[in-house]
Amino acid sequence: MRVYTPLEVAGRNIYLREGCYACHSQMIRTLRDEVDRYGPYSLAVESSYDHPQLWGSKRTGPDLARLGNKYSDAWHVTHMNNPRDVVPESVMPAYRWLLRDQLKTEDLGDHLRAMRAVGVPYTDEQIQFAAQDAYGQANPDSPEASGVAERYGEATNIRTFDGRTGPLTDMDALVAYLQMLGTLTDVAHTSETAEVE
Amino acid sequence: MLADFTRGERTGALVILGTMVVLGLAMAIAGRHDLLGIHGWIVFGISLALTFGAIRQLDLPEPSPERLSEYYDAPTRTGLILTLIWGVVGMGAGFWVAALLAWPEMTFDVSWLSWGRLRPIHTSGVIFGFGGNALIATSLHVLQRTTRARLPDALSPWFVLIGYNLFCIIAASGYLMGLTQSKEYAEPEWYADIWLVVVWVVYFFIYMRTLARRKEPHIYVANWYYMAFILVVAILHIVNNLAVPVSFGSAKSYSLFAGVQDAMTQWWYGHNAVAFFLTAGFLGMMYYYLPKRAGRPIFSYRMSIISFWGITFMYMWAGSHHLHYTALPHWVQTLGMAFSVVLLVPSWASAGNALLTLNGAWHKVRDDAVLRFMALAAIFYGITTFEGSFMAIRAVNSLSHYTDWTVGHVHAGALGWVAMITFGSLYSLVPSMFKRERIYSQKLVEVHFWLALSGTVIYVFAMWNSGVIQGLMWRTYDETGTLSYSFIDSLVAMHPYYIARAFGGLLFLLGALTALFNVIMTIRMPAIGMAPEARGDLPAEPVMQAGE
Repeated sequence: MRVYTPLEVAGRNIYLREGCYACHSQMIRTLRDEVDRYGPYSLAVESSYDHPQLWGSKRTGPDLARLGNKYSDAWHVTHMNNPRDVVPESVMPAYRWLLRDQLKTEDLGDHLRAMRAVGVPYTDEQIQFAAQDAYGQANPDSPEASGVAERYGEATNIRTFDGRTGPLTDMDALVAYLQMLGTLTDVAHTSETAEVE
Repeated sequence: MLADFTRGERTGALVILGTMVVLGLAMAIAGRHDLLGIHGWIVFGISLALTFGAIRQLDLPEPSPERLSEYYDAPTRTGLILTLIWGVVGMGAGFWVAALLAWPEMTFDVSWLSWGRLRPIHTSGVIFGFGGNALIATSLHVLQRTTRARLPDALSPWFVLIGYNLFCIIAASGYLMGLTQSKEYAEPEWYADIWLVVVWVVYFFIYMRTLARRKEPHIYVANWYYMAFILVVAILHIVNNLAVPVSFGSAKSYSLFAGVQDAMTQWWYGHNAVAFFLTAGFLGMMYYYLPKRAGRPIFSYRMSIISFWGITFMYMWAGSHHLHYTALPHWVQTLGMAFSVVLLVPSWASAGNALLTLNGAWHKVRDDAVLRFMALAAIFYGITTFEGSFMAIRAVNSLSHYTDWTVGHVHAGALGWVAMITFGSLYSLVPSMFKRERIYSQKLVEVHFWLALSGTVIYVFAMWNSGVIQGLMWRTYDETGTLSYSFIDSLVAMHPYYIARAFGGLLFLLGALTALFNVIMTIRMPAIGMAPEARGDLPAEPVMQAGE
């Protein structure tokens, strides 16, 4: 399990802020139809850095536990901006302000430090470079980008996310978070205990 | 308000308000780069306004010693009005979010009008705003009548009522700004949570101090339920909200628990919020107002005590039924399921006790819409608890979980049980609390009753249908062994039910508005001059008072 990057933490906080958890679960149950629809069922380890968990209790929209890298960044940006542009029947709100609002990054180090206080193993270096890493993850051609791969692993998504380089938007963070979901460990795909009820 | 306070209490009130002004200012300064600052200014503004109000009344003559020969009902009166205001706010938000699911374009590109931010206003508005104020208001009334003792002082009940509503305001305004811990029904952030603990401890001590001075040797069962509500909610609230804030200048915190432990803690909290906030407290209400209105003693007092211990003991274990088939260990799921099923026994004992109490008074149920509200509440309590035990069975839950069935179940309880018992108690309480001869319009109570009943039935049937259809569509396979429906197919199938649900909610909201109007008109009627003793409404040995 790798820890969340600062940009993903920021995106997760936007997911909380907008109340996404009220309509989307992140917990695939050990039932055949859920595994067929969403992928391997969720394991405890996959939410072990989630303070708090976002398992959810209602699926007005589909489960998101394995959403990461299933759709393109551009799809997510369009979908967030107006869901009915890509899914005409959707009842999800249009989150147009995500592309307009600039992401606050200067206190991300404090966020990581607070998460370390409750048990997430962030290193001093990760905390120190939090704001910089957030910028780098959404600006692949910037000098800050290399530090992200170094500190969070080569498998980390380092892309423009909202399609634009330069200053970060809330959309950058949220798409980075969504594109990571279910990709922090592959243990659910390799586990022997794929038995369902 | 300050006219009821002694000199010492007025000083105490000023000290508390002064502290709150300073705390608000400190929050505003420390959180100036954060949304915490806005909450600081809200606390500062409200406390400052209250301080000015208090200073203006500071020189009023001290209350006469004769007040001690009467119960202290002013906080209850205010609490009843706040109950109705929050009810309209919370149910209004509920109607709006229901409509958003049918017509999602109504977000209008305004972040605070989006579904995810309005939904906790609905849930907190009805649970904490409407339900909480109703519980505080009625508990202070029931406590005094059943112990035959006046509240120990005038300051602490006002502190609890105002402090609690400040918590509700902080919670609701926070949601609009996007401040939430994301824990369902425990969304407010760390500073609001700490404040609620302070308020709650004072609330508990009001109860303890009044009971200690009781003139009635026996502690009536309603007080047991109210005390369980206060005590257990304190425990749940503290444990589930343990968190580390990002800084003292930040509204954001990170929960102490993660993943599976957090899920278990959250649903231990979540289900016991149902049990102790929405059940135990309202059972306390039922055990006082229903027999009183019916003019009949409780069918079996012993059964009310046995079911009290049954409910208190067994609910504590039931939370894991929210986590069937998840990453929670299987045996914990089974444990929760077993306790949930057994819970049907004390639940039906309570519902049956209420209905059997009405034996010999069914003609009153027929003629009096106020009593009918309470009778219907007992019926819905029975229906909902049966449904709850049923849905907690793992195999049933595989279909119902994540669907609208759960939403329907919750509303059968919230509309049918909690709101109905509240409205019934409120209607029976308002005339005597405001010293009016009767409620302004019994006909409007009747109208409200039918609006509430039809709204609830439409709502619950819509959600039963949509929930079961959803659950079945998600698990249907065709003959080639592939899933028959995409997720969006199931969403499209929900559309007519979402419209029906919004309509049912609208009827219920109209009922709440009718109640608000009726209560306002009652208060505007001339007061009756009847002396309190004529109504047998006097504390015993009134000379004994605080500090005795």
